[in-house]
Amino acid sequence: MNNSNKDPLLDLEHISKRFGGLQALKDVSLTLYPGEVLALAGDNGAGKSTLIKTISGVHKPDTGTIKYCGQVLHLETPHQARNAGIETIYQDLAIADNLDVGGNVFLGRETVKRVFGLPFVDRRRMRQEAVETLKDLDIHIQQPESPLRSLSGGQRQSVAIGRAIHWKARVLIMDEPTAALGVPEQRKVMEIIEKLKKNGVGVIFISHNLIDIFQVSDRILVLRRGEKVGERLISQTNHDEVVRLMVGG
Amino acid sequence: MFQEKSLTIRMPLVGGGDQKVYRWLALLAAFRAWLFLAILLVVFELWAECVYHRTFLFTAFNIQSIAVFTVTPLLLGLGQTLVVISGGIDLSVGFTMGLSAVVMAHTVNATSASVGPAGSLVLGILAGIAVAFVPGIINGLLISKLRIPPFIGTLGMYGVARGAAYLLARGTTVPVANGPLNFIGNGVIGPLPMVVLIAFVIVAIMHYLLSCSRFGQHTYAIGGNVQAALRAGIDVPRNTLVLYVLSAITAACAGILYTARFTAGAPQAGEPILLDSIAAIVIGGASLFGGSGTIVGTVIGSLIIAVIQYGLVFVNVEPFWQFIAVGVVIIISVLVDQLQKRARK
Repeated sequence: MNNSNKDPLLDLEHISKRFGGLQALKDVSLTLYPGEVLALAGDNGAGKSTLIKTISGVHKPDTGTIKYCGQVLHLETPHQARNAGIETIYQDLAIADNLDVGGNVFLGRETVKRVFGLPFVDRRRMRQEAVETLKDLDIHIQQPESPLRSLSGGQRQSVAIGRAIHWKARVLIMDEPTAALGVPEQRKVMEIIEKLKKNGVGVIFISHNLIDIFQVSDRILVLRRGEKVGERLISQTNHDEVVRLMVGG
Repeated sequence: MFQEKSLTIRMPLVGGGDQKVYRWLALLAAFRAWLFLAILLVVFELWAECVYHRTFLFTAFNIQSIAVFTVTPLLLGLGQTLVVISGGIDLSVGFTMGLSAVVMAHTVNATSASVGPAGSLVLGILAGIAVAFVPGIINGLLISKLRIPPFIGTLGMYGVARGAAYLLARGTTVPVANGPLNFIGNGVIGPLPMVVLIAFVIVAIMHYLLSCSRFGQHTYAIGGNVQAALRAGIDVPRNTLVLYVLSAITAACAGILYTARFTAGAPQAGEPILLDSIAAIVIGGASLFGGSGTIVGTVIGSLIIAVIQYGLVFVNVEPFWQFIAVGVVIIISVLVDQLQKRARK
């Protein structure tokens, strides 16, 4: 994919982060364009988690800058990142499965209607809008009024993605989105990611599964011991090379 | 690049299984409280008809009595219902109720000479509610800010409120003589006892808060998945604080109506009904793990307990059977819920 004519969504420059004696990130730079899927690869402890937590506002970098849509971003809390349009999808953390799809998509931002001056949570409208958003992503919820506990893991994840999209997320960070899912559901998640790409969302995709990475990503960035050891276009690399970069062979 | 995939994968909602059985069980679980209530009413009606040739259900007196019986455990459990839905528990309500009753009685007695009966009643009610803020706020702060488990925090407050209530009452009950108070406690408007009317208003307010307001929606979310609620930007500590204050306020209302009914403030007023009120919540469909429950369910649960207690007295069964009957209903109620959940898996 040729991105040279687009402005980057996200631009991390020379990010370093130290926890006590541990250098978790060392001078890592990263660029993400709209409609692009960037895979983050690396062994356990390579710094993938620290890196995405820096982008999502959980950790503050010691040095380096984060630019979002061309402007320098100073993130103090995850909330600020989310309000700016940077959303992280964690596997089971994001869904209250005793609420319906509308309650989840609008969680914390419920729509109210006034009846005799009293605010009432407008469940029907929330449900309709949530179903609409999900439909745009080709996700069909069969019984939108029932609580999400009756949904499968993949569908719950879809709802979490739907929520991010509904609230205009432009950068979506997905941490192991296909782990613990059955094969058909993994394929569905892959389809959703491709749909997101077409809508111009930038996706940062973390996975241990190289097959998934090669199927859906445009570029891959490999970390080892907190350092960026390689960045390749997917079309110009292969499994062997990526594994070599990961383990440092 | 990627090839367009035209197929959309549809995932079944429930993995095969016996859809029909599941649906029946779900229906049964959803309406189990109503079903219990209906069964109890039929059983007592038949029992009274066959053995004593009298009707149980079709006299205004019995219905009024059951309604009045229902009020105290119901009020004690209204705020608690929200607490339970959020995944917590409030064991202190029994003695918060007693504390409010005693403080109210003292306030009415101390002020009636200077501001008259009506004025002293208003002051008494305000004082009774105001004093409940103390255990409510302390519970809320202990649990939300200091992360003390609700069971332990409110158990501590149970002891504190108990001691405070007995100290203020000097170990006995505090009689009150006040005309308007007596009307609230024992008066009727048409066929409706005043206490039932007042309880109805409080039920409506609590139902609105839980089922219609954003606060209620957030309470469900906290009970369903606290991490999700936090990540969605819900102010969980503040919400939790408000929940325990609400629980204390409805307990205070129970204490005030108790004082009105018996024209005396008793420190131990709530002690025997604390567990009844929690039982009513569970029978009404709430899970002690949080995430589910309704105000209507708690109303039905309280009615069930009142019908058992009043009904057994009516058909002349030794009162100790009440404990057994309520215990059995709790177990069956939770069992039906468990069966339904297992069927879903």
